[in-house]
Amino acid sequence: MAEVTLTINGIEVTVPQGTTILQAAEKLGFFIPTFCYDPELTRPGSCRICAVEVEKAKNLTVSCATAAKNGMVVHTDSPAVIESRKTILELLLANHPEDCLTCGRNGDCRLQDYAYMYGVREAGFVGEKHAFEIEDENPFIIRDMNKCILCGKCIRMCDEIQGNNVIDFAYRGFRTKVATSMDTPLSDSNCVFCGNCVAVCPVGALQEKGLRAAARTWEVKKVKTTCPYCGTGCSFELNVKDNRVVGVTSCDGDANGRALCVKGRFGYGFIHHPDRLKQPLIRKDGQLVEATWEEAIGLVAVKLGGIKRENGADALAVLSSARCTNEDNYLLQKLTRVVFGTNNIDHCARL
Amino acid sequence: MTNSIAEIAGADFILAIGTNTTETHPVIALQVKKAKREGATLVVADPRRTGMADLAQVHLQLKSGSDIAMLNAMANVIINEGLYNKEFVDTRTKGFEALKETVAKYTPEHVEELTGIPADTMKQVARGYANAKNASILYTMGLTQHICGTHNVFAVANLAMLCGHIGKPNSGVNPLRGQNNVQGACDMGALPGVFTGYQSVTSDEVRAKYAKAWGINDLPAKPGLTVGDMLDAAGKNVKGMYIMGENPVLSDPDADHVVHALEKLDFLVVQDIFLTETARLADVVLPATSFAEKDGTFSNTERRVQRVRQAIDPVGNARADWQIVSDVATAMGYPMDYNSTAEIFDELASVTPSYAGISYDRLEEGGLQWPCPTPDHPGTQYLHKDKFVGGIGNFSAVEYIPPAELPDQEYPFVLSTGRRYYHYHTGTMTMRTGALEVHYGTESLEINPADACKLNIAEGDMVRVKSRRGQVEVKANLTEVVPPGMVFTSFHFPEVPINKLTNSMKDPICKIPELKVCSVSIEKVS
Ligand code: SF4
Ligand code: SF4
Repeated sequence: MAEVTLTINGIEVTVPQGTTILQAAEKLGFFIPTFCYDPELTRPGSCRICAVEVEKAKNLTVSCATAAKNGMVVHTDSPAVIESRKTILELLLANHPEDCLTCGRNGDCRLQDYAYMYGVREAGFVGEKHAFEIEDENPFIIRDMNKCILCGKCIRMCDEIQGNNVIDFAYRGFRTKVATSMDTPLSDSNCVFCGNCVAVCPVGALQEKGLRAAARTWEVKKVKTTCPYCGTGCSFELNVKDNRVVGVTSCDGDANGRALCVKGRFGYGFIHHPDRLKQPLIRKDGQLVEATWEEAIGLVAVKLGGIKRENGADALAVLSSARCTNEDNYLLQKLTRVVFGTNNIDHCARL
Repeated sequence: MTNSIAEIAGADFILAIGTNTTETHPVIALQVKKAKREGATLVVADPRRTGMADLAQVHLQLKSGSDIAMLNAMANVIINEGLYNKEFVDTRTKGFEALKETVAKYTPEHVEELTGIPADTMKQVARGYANAKNASILYTMGLTQHICGTHNVFAVANLAMLCGHIGKPNSGVNPLRGQNNVQGACDMGALPGVFTGYQSVTSDEVRAKYAKAWGINDLPAKPGLTVGDMLDAAGKNVKGMYIMGENPVLSDPDADHVVHALEKLDFLVVQDIFLTETARLADVVLPATSFAEKDGTFSNTERRVQRVRQAIDPVGNARADWQIVSDVATAMGYPMDYNSTAEIFDELASVTPSYAGISYDRLEEGGLQWPCPTPDHPGTQYLHKDKFVGGIGNFSAVEYIPPAELPDQEYPFVLSTGRRYYHYHTGTMTMRTGALEVHYGTESLEINPADACKLNIAEGDMVRVKSRRGQVEVKANLTEVVPPGMVFTSFHFPEVPINKLTNSMKDPICKIPELKVCSVSIEKVS
């Protein structure tokens, strides 16, 4: 493949033709902020926060949507670049609720990060602010369009990855917002609450309802695991606070990338449901009553052992589980074959 | 699946049979949508006009249970018009002549009425499939939960082999597994006839190998009972049952029969995370941990082995399933003292050739697709490259047989069952999330407006659905998703135990019950 060589912040780098300036800079380890850019989605180059200075170019150049060319000389942190980024941030903050103190995305927000990074303390522009109603009537997602920075990533996620095309930019000018086709709440649209739009939102406009109410971002430990529902085997991260699962977030899964469905992303509540069995139960006088593990295991061993002795091994039968792990299933078939002494083992795969 | 999930996006032609992928495998459906965006043709065969059917260029709205007639007709067209892959058929398969003979009478015109699909449409689809560069067939229980389920799968395989659409990237036969670890449960030998990795219990050599690995003298050689046969034998030959993490009272056909069977046992142990409908019948209930509280691996539908990692301590006094099983084995005089699931995995990998190259260390880098025979093997993205796993691919000529129960005057409707997007299996988990059941909290019965009108049923009316085996009451949902003469609902909701009605007649080969077709009557509850 053809290659091009350019210079970024004084360092020469050679990259395949078609590589963007942003990717070339990342290759060298230079940081460039982005809002609307996502490696998996199309690139509108609209937020302009990633603009850099290219020598001999008339204006600053959008690095996420411009291909690197031979001989380009790029500065990612020149005074003009910094000035431009500050201005963009000031404009965004001018129409932002600035309620970081209570925002569920505090600590997980690019607007906040960049404001800190570039020392933008206040808006610098005073003007009208949005007063959209916060959408909070479904059990999965909270949408606060007052915090939206119109990067359009949710729109592209829903269209290009999820393939549902539920949302788009609506209205014009100052009134522009992301909305469903008739600007109805998501629950009155064909939204399937996969939350894949939430996974790419860089600010607090889209939030997972349960997770963001239960924990602040720095309080959670994330543990990568595999979804317990369908056979796709999506990977995700369990968010844990105080030994409780408080939510699920996307990571980069082999089978699913960042995409999840509603069950994987929002179906974790059963883990701590009060109905969970917490103690072994033994039937006494027709009732199931609590027992110790020793009693319960002892009874199982005696009863199953007795049936085997009296009626033969094939009088025992075992149903294993398509929901348990490989290790669980392996041991149960070993128990069945070795200890019970029968091949009477199956699971509900056929159902 | 013979292919990987991501390869679906690379297909030029996708034939999805009896799978409402957008609802049952939403993230796999993303790959289908991607393929379509890039110009692929999507054909969906389903009696219902599902969300998936809405995405398709062609919807084959076949009559329930007529899959073989349709698939044979497509094979007929492909053979008659000389569209099949002669080189592939010559070098990699056998039984072509017998297939040709059998499908000769299944002309599209001949089966038009039986399938309800216009002959020209069948021809067009057959040609499209045969002429595609890469063609992928997807299916789920809509194909297999029939009395002729195994034959349905043969008929699908015939088509793929005829056209050589297998053993290549993006081209293959791809059953989508419904539960997170069905693949793994099968791989791990939770089946009556095989040990791990599908090694037969009837082979002396195989049994000797396991006996040695497990430190015992001999192992039973007689294949065991399947779920259905176990329940039929309960109280007779079978006296004691151990059920781990399954809820057959709601998931299996003819629910009343299942309850009676379990009640007849001398002793029933159920190990689960909730007091399920099945656990309520047990003599001992053992509290297990959920996936969040344990380590282990799941194998997904594309044969990818992936880690499950413990995120929190066990809830209450619950214990991981593998620990409970170890405790029972130890109490019965066969000590199992594993310190971790990694240790168990190493043991299972040592007796399972297709898993032999996989270890927890390697899984830290990402999932691995079996077969993965050695520690330096990268895993297998698609099966049957150059050669079928069994050597030569066998055409199995199969004949159409009608469903076991057909509508009649007393039970004039076909009832089909399946899944909903917001729920899973018998609802034990999804009904307790504080979110899914809040959004989708009551079940309904899909009925065509024309039928509803005749029966004087309006949207939201309670109706009584009755079969020869049982009855339930459920709210009516008037929709053209179902054709006239058919009704549909899910088995997720304990308050709509639809499996009281379904037919436990099974496929004679793989013993899958015919959950997709039974005859019912409908009446308004006044
Ligand atoms: S939740 Fe999913 S379907 Fe709904 S708007 Fe977001 S991406 Fe689209
Ligand atoms: S997130 Fe959804 S699609 Fe993915 S494995 Fe879980 S249930 Fe299946």
